[in-house]
Amino acid sequence: MSFQLPPLPYDYQVLEPFVDKETMNLHHTKHHQTYVNNLNGATKDSDIVAICQNIKNYPVAVRNNGGGHYNHSLFWKWMAPVGSSNVAPTGTLKEKIEATFGSVDEMKKKFTDAALTRFGSGWAWLGVQKDGSLAISSTANQDNPLMAGVADVEMIPILGLDVWEHAYYLKYQNRRAEYIQQWWNVVNWDEVVKYYDNFASKNNPVPINQ
Amino acid sequence: MFANIARVLAQSSKKSLPLVRSKHSLPDLPYDFNALEPVISAEIMQVHHQKHHATYVNNLNVAEEKLFEAKQRGSVSDQIALTSALKFNGGGHINHSIFWTILCKDGTSEPEGELAEAIKRDFGSYQRMVDLLVATSTGIQGSGWGWLGYNKQLNRLDIVACANQDPLQATTGLHPLFGIDVWEHAYYLQYKNARPDYVKSIFKIANWRKVEELFGKARHD
Repeated sequence: MSFQLPPLPYDYQVLEPFVDKETMNLHHTKHHQTYVNNLNGATKDSDIVAICQNIKNYPVAVRNNGGGHYNHSLFWKWMAPVGSSNVAPTGTLKEKIEATFGSVDEMKKKFTDAALTRFGSGWAWLGVQKDGSLAISSTANQDNPLMAGVADVEMIPILGLDVWEHAYYLKYQNRRAEYIQQWWNVVNWDEVVKYYDNFASKNNPVPINQ
Repeated sequence: MFANIARVLAQSSKKSLPLVRSKHSLPDLPYDFNALEPVISAEIMQVHHQKHHATYVNNLNVAEEKLFEAKQRGSVSDQIALTSALKFNGGGHINHSIFWTILCKDGTSEPEGELAEAIKRDFGSYQRMVDLLVATSTGIQGSGWGWLGYNKQLNRLDIVACANQDPLQATTGLHPLFGIDVWEHAYYLQYKNARPDYVKSIFKIANWRKVEELFGKARHD
């Protein structure tokens, strides 16, 4: 049973003007598809979460493409058209964020900073560590915080932002700061809260449909 | 009035003036933005040069200023903390400064002279060298550069990949001869995800005369 490209939960243009239609199309049908194809060529194993957690046992092609497949599968879910989700975290996650960072705005500042200071390609993350505390980090290339022994901060990611140039270049060119600022408009906080409540708070990684 | 000015100038020349630390500046492109069309679009050249390279120059200057201040304060720790910023931005400045010069409108004929002999000796043929450089550059995960470089100790050409803006010589000891920027910003507006097409096409605009010059300098200096 090989990995599949998950369908987008929405049409390519619905995140406009924050994330443009052409980028969503290319990002999904070319970049993510390529990770899926290459991953299928690189391993016969099928549990992507287990692969990420044991990434040191796999060749680099699996690290790059397995990470790419996991990260992007969640990325599409972490975004939603304006108006379809709460514009801020709610419930326990909101309390946890406030307790950890002082406020949601402070958390966003730290996350933005992580996204800005990741030199080259990579991702910024908000996640839950083993002791249940929230943390923010960034990783290079297609690494993610599930990758034990690879990620600086090991945690269960509940929100991630792709800062590879392909994620923003067509619309923003070198203006990564502007991309990050605009991206906050399309964060699907209801989904993030679900991921925290149902998975990360119970020390379980968020699953993806394989 | 002139007597006053003369007096002021005479007085100030007796004081020791602060040492003016030279700053890096963005080198001009040796051609117009559209010179490398259709291989690299004018739009890419403009953003790549005026935004990306300019930012590396600015940030390098900022990092070096902070380094100077940290040294003045006697803080080794703060100097060390600046290493990443220096590598990122210094590397970016070095790499792009070379990059603009090894490309030219319509490219040149293939390598000649000493460089041609070295390529034949170390790779078998020009085409095999190109194939290896294409494969190396295309295969870089994330951001980086593919380089044809010269190992002076072994008198041998080599092809390597560098991550991010890691500068070839400081990182590997190889003298840079021909490099291919495979950060997505170098090609995305035109080629989208088709990095292989961009990398293969770049040989149509390669300035082998410049590369021969760089090789000569590396060999004989």
